[in-house]
Amino acid sequence: MLQLTDVTVRYGDTAAVDHVSLDLAPGQVLAVLGPSGCGKSTLLRAVAGLEPLDAGSISWDGADLAGVPTHKRGFALMFQDGQLFAHLTVARNVAYALRLRRTPSARLAERVRELLELVGLAGYDDRLPGTLSGGERQRVALARALAVEPRLILLDEPLSALDASLRERLAGDLREILHAAGTTALLVTHDHEEAFALADRLAVMRAGHVVQQGAIDEVWREPVDEETALFLGYARVLRDQAARRVLDAAGLPSAYAVALRRSALVVDDDGPLRAVVESARVTPELVRLVVGVEGVGTVDAVGPLGGRIAPGDEVSLRVDVTRLAVPPITARS
Amino acid sequence: MTSPQARRLLALVLLAAGPVLVLGALFVLPVAGMVAEGFVVDGQFAPGAVLDVLARPRVHRVAWFTVWTSGLATVLAVVLGLPAAYALHRLALPGRAAVRAALLVPFVLPTVVVGVAFRQLLGEGGPLGFLGLDGTPVAIVLGLVFFNVAVVVRTVGVAWESLDPRPGQAAAALGATPWQVLRTVTLPALRPAIVGAASIVFLFCATAFGIVLTLGGVRHATIETEIYLLTTTVFDLQAAAALSVLQIVAVVCLLALAARLRATPDPTTQRAVAPVRAVRRSDAPVVVATVLVLVAMLLPILTLVLGSLSVGDGWGLDNYRALTTTGEDQALLVPVTTALATSLRTAVDATWMALLVGGSVALIVTRRSHFVAERRLRSTLDGLFMLPLGVSAVTLGFGFLITLDEPPLDLRDSPLLVPMAQALVALPLVVRTLTPVLGGIDDQQRQAAASLGASPWRTLLTVDLPVAWKPMLAASGFAFAASLGEFGATSFLARDTDPTLPVVIFRLIGHPGAMNYGMALAASVVLAVATAAVMLAVERLRVPGVGAF
Repeated sequence: MLQLTDVTVRYGDTAAVDHVSLDLAPGQVLAVLGPSGCGKSTLLRAVAGLEPLDAGSISWDGADLAGVPTHKRGFALMFQDGQLFAHLTVARNVAYALRLRRTPSARLAERVRELLELVGLAGYDDRLPGTLSGGERQRVALARALAVEPRLILLDEPLSALDASLRERLAGDLREILHAAGTTALLVTHDHEEAFALADRLAVMRAGHVVQQGAIDEVWREPVDEETALFLGYARVLRDQAARRVLDAAGLPSAYAVALRRSALVVDDDGPLRAVVESARVTPELVRLVVGVEGVGTVDAVGPLGGRIAPGDEVSLRVDVTRLAVPPITARS
Repeated sequence: MTSPQARRLLALVLLAAGPVLVLGALFVLPVAGMVAEGFVVDGQFAPGAVLDVLARPRVHRVAWFTVWTSGLATVLAVVLGLPAAYALHRLALPGRAAVRAALLVPFVLPTVVVGVAFRQLLGEGGPLGFLGLDGTPVAIVLGLVFFNVAVVVRTVGVAWESLDPRPGQAAAALGATPWQVLRTVTLPALRPAIVGAASIVFLFCATAFGIVLTLGGVRHATIETEIYLLTTTVFDLQAAAALSVLQIVAVVCLLALAARLRATPDPTTQRAVAPVRAVRRSDAPVVVATVLVLVAMLLPILTLVLGSLSVGDGWGLDNYRALTTTGEDQALLVPVTTALATSLRTAVDATWMALLVGGSVALIVTRRSHFVAERRLRSTLDGLFMLPLGVSAVTLGFGFLITLDEPPLDLRDSPLLVPMAQALVALPLVVRTLTPVLGGIDDQQRQAAASLGASPWRTLLTVDLPVAWKPMLAASGFAFAASLGEFGATSFLARDTDPTLPVVIFRLIGHPGAMNYGMALAASVVLAVATAAVMLAVERLRVPGVGAF
């Protein structure tokens, strides 16, 4: 198992990674989620052995990895854009690590075929990376990383270079492949959708610190502070009076703050909250509204399609308790 | 062809007409004149004589000597240059910039100066005199390596610097040892740069003149020095012409090969420079190799400086004071200081000429082509202007003498004759410095400027110039330094009353007398300092491609 204890990496005077501690159990996928520049890529590179640590330690199964060079760690690293070797064919890319280990050629050919099949690229053996699409390149990169059955696979925003529809499809595939291979994986990303699609556990990173970590639904339900909530896709964080009023309407215990997703308030004639519609926008699934709620202020809400809701209308709203979170914020923070 | 295409082609041809005319009059004409000298006997076309010359045993010896010394020097330059290229372009070595500049200096050092320095180092009484290398082919090879390590360091270093480190890291993460990463990822990626550098170095070695002449004399001649000896001492013009033809054919083939092998970067991708890495203990071999190369580079120069300062049994500046005189036994017609002034004046003229022609060539060849015929024309132009890089400066100089002596092109008495020849020699350097920069500008930037209402002129001013002014300055410095040290063509063209500094130095070492030799050393130091100062200034501009081919 991978263990990071108080890991610190500095660039000059600034600490890109500041006293980060993480654990990763075998077979699990941990996503480190954070905005760009938060130090998550540096953390990943440090685990790979590409950045020297200024303090702390990284260990595997209890053995400290300090001084173990990248090529002896047995952690495969998959870059954002694949980083395929442009001068080698797909098959040779996948077989790269196997050749380094002088795998007999029959075994090698079989393994390459297996891996290409696993990533859905059977028959691509002789293509050059330059002729592949972005998604195909990522699949080859994944096959290449999996070839030697690494004890840990490091993924640097594996999907973010792809367009939206491809990303969704490949995310599903990637999760399946990782689970099928039983691989332990550490993933860094700035996209919470990517994290949710792939990971079991989540660590939220900001300005070099890990501000929260836990099982993915746990973090999702209880973001530790307002910034984390907003980063996880919550649209607004209400405080004080407004928060109490919403929680009350939801039938939940009172708290100082509540984080709402855009669909947390739903138009419902029997709902307890009264609101005036400020704007309405039709989307393929529902109508997105911005409403002024009495005693709460301006918030987002959703209504059914075909309801003919227009700005200026008065509506009633109910609260969907699965679409809000109660961050442990007090009046001081 | 539709009419807009025809219009584009016409515009291109008109734009290119200027530089092509200059090249035609000042390069093709003289070289052709020199070649014709061999093929035409008494007004009759007689190629038989040329073939006879090529069958001479001495010619075979000379050709073989050229090939093996150049080949060996190329291999050595690459082997020594690669570690230095890595250390100086990828590692955060202290004093990196200064060392890089120092390694660039030999490349622009006047060949005569290097010849003098090596004789001082290897000759009797020199620090390495006990090796008995003076006057041997080994000395020539060492001299050639000295010149060309810089080319390898630069060319490969620049490629290495912009090499994405991530494929290597990906390989390491897949279990490749540093050595395996080098062999399977890094070297394949660098291969175009290495092969390109090697072919250019071979070209420089095979056409080297001043260094071979000063170190090899008559005994060890290469094709280049043989041409010189045949024209100036034996007056066998036919043989000289035959050798010129042989050389031109070989050079054109090599250049074509180099062009094919040269990495053609995708002009739309921005050139990214990977950040340098802190030095680790495992880098020790590379760093040690680099330091050794640096020491080997400094040794001849140091010997030269010490030699210039030694007077009789002690030290002094007498040799430098003597530079205002015409030397012992009136070895010279003008004082060395006058020659220095002539050199500087000539270099200024050569620089603006090279920049004017080279700048327009670079501009023309880097514009985006819209169709095949246009692209072909542009790449032909690109190759055409590389020619002076490989064609013997001696051929050029002698060709100038025999073709530019009658109206409408009677330039024999023009003060611009020498600058013109030097500008031609410097032209490829200018083109090579500017083309990657201009080619690296994303054409969409120009299109964006145009769509915002900028005229072509305005686009040039606001898009190209801000990126290109520093490289232009660097190219000027490079041309200036090259012109200061130019010896091959100048030795033919400079009038006895108006010699440049390299010519004077060569004359001084040819005259007996301790004072003359001391003056030659002092003058060499002065010339070396002048060129080094220019190159240091160029290096400060931090233009990545300078000196890379």
